Amino acid sequence: MDIKELYQEIVLDHGKNPRNKNKCVGFNKDAKGHNPLCGDKVHVYLKLDNNKKVEDISFEGEGCAISMASASIMTETIKGKEFNVAKKILEHFLNMLKEGSKLGINSLSEDQNTTMMSLSGVKRFPMRVKCATLAWHTFIHAAEDKNETVNTEK
Amino acid sequence: MDTKVIKSKFPIFKNKINGKPLIYLDSANSSQKPKTVIDRISKFYSKEFSNIGRSVHSLAVTATNRFEETRDLVKKFINAKSTEEIIFTKNATEAINLVASTYGEKFINKGDEILITELEHHANYVPWHFIRQRKGAIIKFAQCNEKGEVDIDEIKKLISNKTKIIAITHLSNVTGAIMPVKKIVDLANKKKIPVLVDGCQGAPHLKIDMQELGCDFYAISCHKMYGPTGVGVLYAKKKWLDVLPPYQGGGGMIEEVKKDQITFPGSPTKYEAGTLQTAEVVGFSESLKFIQDVGIKNIMQHEKEILEYGLNEIKKNNSVRVIGDPKDRGSIISFTIKGIHPHDIATILDEDGVAIRAGHHCCQILHEKMGIAASARASLGVYNSKSDIDVLSNAIKKCNKVFNT
Repeated sequence: MDIKELYQEIVLDHGKNPRNKNKCVGFNKDAKGHNPLCGDKVHVYLKLDNNKKVEDISFEGEGCAISMASASIMTETIKGKEFNVAKKILEHFLNMLKEGSKLGINSLSEDQNTTMMSLSGVKRFPMRVKCATLAWHTFIHAAEDKNETVNTEK
Repeated sequence: MDTKVIKSKFPIFKNKINGKPLIYLDSANSSQKPKTVIDRISKFYSKEFSNIGRSVHSLAVTATNRFEETRDLVKKFINAKSTEEIIFTKNATEAINLVASTYGEKFINKGDEILITELEHHANYVPWHFIRQRKGAIIKFAQCNEKGEVDIDEIKKLISNKTKIIAITHLSNVTGAIMPVKKIVDLANKKKIPVLVDGCQGAPHLKIDMQELGCDFYAISCHKMYGPTGVGVLYAKKKWLDVLPPYQGGGGMIEEVKKDQITFPGSPTKYEAGTLQTAEVVGFSESLKFIQDVGIKNIMQHEKEILEYGLNEIKKNNSVRVIGDPKDRGSIISFTIKGIHPHDIATILDEDGVAIRAGHHCCQILHEKMGIAASARASLGVYNSKSDIDVLSNAIKKCNKVFNT
């Protein structure tokens, strides 16, 4: 396998030009995530409406290309989705990173599916799975009003 | 130095990493082990093993002798005055904790000052932080300059009548700066302040002579000296070991135990509670022999040559920024590449069999000072060659290519 399968064009693009990297207007939930071994840090801002739909989501932070790309891709993918659907997407995403399985989620457009799949190369790099999942776990914390910082080492 | 011959003594280099020859540039983290060290541990377990210092049977005598012979080798290697000054610990971290805890308990009080530097590894800060919390002491940080070194005047400026100990690294594990330990000790002696030296990076790469340095405490990490993990050494002047309290309590470190009173023997026994990592200590004797066989002066000269070549080569790449530019530098090149996070660098390099470290290298304070969250670090050992550096340079170019920078 070539290193380009980890650093696919889509990943590099999101890593260099992350989407929704700001503090979104009117957010009503937020949470921080930290990977103390790498120093990756994210802060996820979330606007959930009364029906628990993700009206808006954004993030701030710094870290490696994988962590930034994953955060960026996450915001694009789950904006507009019900929280429960977003959780399902995360579940499939984790399976893809750990088991190498396909995503198989009907609610994703073909584009979204391709974008998410661009992170599938992470599977071969177990040390980097934490980089790819940090923002996602932080999103769950924000949505579920957990106060403590997500810490990949706890 | 013929690094092909040196490499042939280390079995790990027979392995391929991702289909490529291993280019090991992570010796500041932990060094690889020569076959003699690996074999010594195996031989000890196969032929000589027993617990030491407790039983009277033949194996116990043999094992005890091998263990104590290693202590004697260490004493000679670092030119300590006596074997009483050599304490085996589980690592250098424990050696520093031992001093912070016992010296701190006895001599550091509220408002007293502990002087360290911004270059310190967390292992030479966190133990002092505990004392700060426990005793209400103050930690003062000698600042490092833009070259990544700490000027002696900076230390001089911070010494006060309240300074109770100075704890400094011998060689920075990030910038490679070699501290003027001798000058600092001379300065401290005038005020009767003891000096602890974190020798994790010093001992594998520099000639260390306790009589010449004159420091009160010196912490050594054996696994960074081509030795086994699980072994550290604390050198301490006997005058301190005579007055400091024991560190951990347990078997082996007592003289007499009564229901209402316990007495303790002298050093090193007082500080070696419980069964130690016996086989690893014995294995460490072969690490010292390896270093002596190659010759520490030869090692220093060789590493200096590779370091200079390495700095020169990677500076040719305009996207690379080398961290620090100390006048006196040892075997470490920390760097960043514009637009590429150190963890991405490390992953891409690994594909070419190049092992480096990425992160803050347990020096968050220094990284914050340098204005970066993390860096990539290539660190040298006796086995590294110029061609290792060439592979590194090419792998860095590959990072540029992957990230299009």
